[in-house]
Amino acid sequence: MREFAYHRPGDLQAAVALLADGESRPVSGGMTLLPTMKQRLAAPPALVDLSTIPGMAGVTVEGRTVTVGALSTHESVASSPEIVACIPALASLAGVIGDPAVRHRGTIGGSVANADPGADYPAAVLGLDATVVTDRREIGADDFFIGLFTTALAPDEIITAIRFPVPDAAGYAKFRSQASRFALVGVFVARFGPFVRVAVTGAAPCVFRQKDIEEVLARDFTPSALTRISIAPSGLNSDIHADSEYRAHLVMVMARRAVEQALGAPARP
Amino acid sequence: MKVELSINGRAVSADIPPSLLLSDFLRENCELTGTHVGCDTSQCGACVVHVDGVSMKSCTLLAVAMDGRSVTTIEGLAGTVGAELHPMQEAFHVNHGLQCGFCTPGMIMSAVDFAKRHPSPTEGEVRRWLEGNICRCTGYQNIVAAILAGTKAMHAPQGD
Repeated sequence: MREFAYHRPGDLQAAVALLADGESRPVSGGMTLLPTMKQRLAAPPALVDLSTIPGMAGVTVEGRTVTVGALSTHESVASSPEIVACIPALASLAGVIGDPAVRHRGTIGGSVANADPGADYPAAVLGLDATVVTDRREIGADDFFIGLFTTALAPDEIITAIRFPVPDAAGYAKFRSQASRFALVGVFVARFGPFVRVAVTGAAPCVFRQKDIEEVLARDFTPSALTRISIAPSGLNSDIHADSEYRAHLVMVMARRAVEQALGAPARP
Repeated sequence: MKVELSINGRAVSADIPPSLLLSDFLRENCELTGTHVGCDTSQCGACVVHVDGVSMKSCTLLAVAMDGRSVTTIEGLAGTVGAELHPMQEAFHVNHGLQCGFCTPGMIMSAVDFAKRHPSPTEGEVRRWLEGNICRCTGYQNIVAAILAGTKAMHAPQGD
C-alpha cells in the first residue's frame, strides 16, 4: 500500500470538508477499498474514516419504510429483527455477502457507494426502489447506479442512509463465485401490489432492471411464468468465471428462484 | 500517527504510519506472531482476531482505525477464560482439528465468535460459518468436529 494521510472526523460536515479535494476517499468498513489499495489499484492521498461518526448506524421502521443507516454492517442487517420481519429478502441477502468476518466489518453505505458489478446490495436497492440518502440530497435507485463502479454521488458526497419501501413480497437468489463469493449473477425480485421490479447484479458492468421479466411477473407472479422467456446475452459480462450465454441462462434461473423465495420458499444458503 | 488500543487486555500505545495493517502491527510491532497472514487478500481467514469481541480479518483493517478498540488475538484467548487453554483450543487439541496448523489461529478465533452466537449449532451452520476460513490441508472434517465439541464445552454449565 502506498502511504496516505488518515483522518477520523467527528461529524459529517467535517468529513465532507476533508473530501473536498476530490482525490481523498471515504472509508467505513474498507472491505473493498483496503484490498484495492493493497493491490495498488487505488492510491488515494488521504482516507477519511467515517466509521466513528455518530448516528449513522442502525435500523428504524416508520410505517411502510425501513431506513438503514449507512454504517450498518452486513451482519447487523442480516440479524436485525425489524428487517427480518419487514423485508426478509433484504436480511437474507445481507447474510450471504462475503463471509462472516467480512460481514462484521463491511457496511451497506460502503457497498452501495462502491457499486461493484458483483455486489449484492445494489440489487436490493434497485429491486426495492430504495432511496439513497446523502449528506445533501435524496437519490432514487433508478438514478443512482450509472455504470461500472460509477454512481450519481459527487466525489465529496457521503451516503448517510438507505430508505427501503416494504414490498408485498420479495426474494433474492444468487449464484456466487465459490472463490470470491461475489455474485456471478444475483436477481432481486420485489412485488408492490400490481407492480414488479426485477434487478440483476453480477451479470453486466452495472446492476440493471430487466423489464421483460418484470412485465411477465406483473401478469403472473409465479416461477413457471418465467419458463417461457429468456434474455439475450449481448451486453452481459464474459470472463473466466462465466461467459455471457451462461450468465443469461443464470439470470432466468436466479429469477425463478427469487420468485420461489418471494412466495415463501426458504432462501438457499 | 498515535494510536491507543487494548491488546489482549493490555493497554498499548504506538506511533505508526496510517498504512500499517493490524495484522502487521500485531506481528511486527507487538511480536504477537500467532496471528497468521495466509493470503493477504481477505480470503483465507488465518488472520482473524476479535475486535471488541467480534471476529474480523486483521489483514484488512488499518491499525490506526483500531484506536480506542479492544483487540484479542490467539495469544490472549485463554486469558479471557483464565485457563491454560480456552475450551475451543482444548477441543481442537482433543479432536486433532488441524494438520499443518497454519490456519488454526484464525479457525479458533472464528470458531469462538461462532460459538457465542450459536449455542447449539448444526454441522451445516459450522460449515457455512467457515466460508471465510480456508484450510489448505483441507482437513475440515476434524475442524468441524472440534468446533461442535468446543461450542458444547463453552456452553456447558460451570463447575465440576
